[in-house]
Amino acid sequence: MPADLHVMPPNPDSVRSARFEVLVLPCLDAAYNLARWLARNDADAQDVVQEAMLRALRYFDSFHGNDVRVWLLAIVRNTYYTLRTKTPQSGLHESLDEDTHALVDEGPSPETLTLLAVDVGTLQLALERLPSPLREVLVLRELEECSYKEIAAITEQKIGTVMSRLARARERLKVELTCRPKEVRRHDL
Amino acid sequence: MTCDDTKLLMHAYLDDELDAAQSAAMARHLQDCPACAASYGLHGRLRKALAQPGLYHRAPDALRERWRLAQPVARPASFQSRRAPLVYAMAAGFAGALLLTSPAWIIVLQQPGADSNPVVAEAISSHIRSLQVQHLMDVVSTDQHTVKPWFEGKLDFSPRVKDLASEGFPLIGGRLDAIDGRSVAALIYKRHLHVINLYQWPADSTATAPPEVQRHGYTVIRWTAEGMRYVAISDVSAGDLKQFVLAFQNDAGTPAANPPR
Repeated sequence: MPADLHVMPPNPDSVRSARFEVLVLPCLDAAYNLARWLARNDADAQDVVQEAMLRALRYFDSFHGNDVRVWLLAIVRNTYYTLRTKTPQSGLHESLDEDTHALVDEGPSPETLTLLAVDVGTLQLALERLPSPLREVLVLRELEECSYKEIAAITEQKIGTVMSRLARARERLKVELTCRPKEVRRHDL
Repeated sequence: MTCDDTKLLMHAYLDDELDAAQSAAMARHLQDCPACAASYGLHGRLRKALAQPGLYHRAPDALRERWRLAQPVARPASFQSRRAPLVYAMAAGFAGALLLTSPAWIIVLQQPGADSNPVVAEAISSHIRSLQVQHLMDVVSTDQHTVKPWFEGKLDFSPRVKDLASEGFPLIGGRLDAIDGRSVAALIYKRHLHVINLYQWPADSTATAPPEVQRHGYTVIRWTAEGMRYVAISDVSAGDLKQFVLAFQNDAGTPAANPPR
């Protein structure tokens, strides 16, 4: 039986922070993974996530969706692009030229087949060389295992765009892995 | 389907994003066209290569700690899947044995005001998670005679289920959940627009816990009756939750006497 006690109204602030920790904090790895792949270094990734989490906390009341991860990843992505615009000297500006990255099919050569048994380091470098619009879609799909619909929500694109970017990203990655192994090694040194 | 179509659709096929008709067309094409089939196999392998855990960047501990400390709230004991897997149940057995052999520990855990009480912390995080869309209910019914049989075979006990609509707390459904390392029954009630979760499981000790705690704006009321342990949690006012608990306790013995709604 409950004993008598002081009846006090719930404190909205602490309800909010408890909700934030239970719902948002489990997505911290996903947030960091995306930020790290976009920024391509630890220091910038930490800045992006820190800023994104602050924004998430600030706008937490407006979160009424059903998927915290999608909501948070969209914030991380926007934060990254906003911060990047503020620091143009980083030279990270790159636009996706749909012509240069047109869908080409080289056809699998015997070299391709062997080169695909690549180590994590080679894959990492190849993935980092992709332009960010292609890199982010691959990271969301292959590492974060998002559906096309989720990727479309995170990147604010149509599902058709997601599908064609993903196709292009995979073809491009395949080319990176087959045609530039020597450069990779030089880059390494 | 032509090879040109395949170039784009193959990726949606790999990702299982095609509808049934397109999938079938794609499968047929891959059977007939060795070139496309080879390309498909290659991309399948590429996908597997990308799934290597070494490519995933986990958040550094320092970053995680910063966000925990910035948000000083009860840390849920675990973020495991809501449905307890078998290993979890086994771990529960071990934890149970530990509890039996360490009576002093029980007292420490149930110190009034002990901020680390795992049951309270777990009940709060479970309650919060349950409020996410599609997490609230496994069985949706305002009829206690639908909800109660639903639990049969899913738990090693029969939970007490009753509708309290006449008292202003309509039953809206039930759910399996995990608290304190074991599977528990969760009944969901409404109070106006608020949700009340009522967890119950067989009591394994007669230790008396502080009946009511306020934490992070949630009220948690715990009690033991007829061998069952109950935990009610909600963000309704403490007074309302007490009223709910009293209503539940009042006709504890006569669940069948209530006509189904």
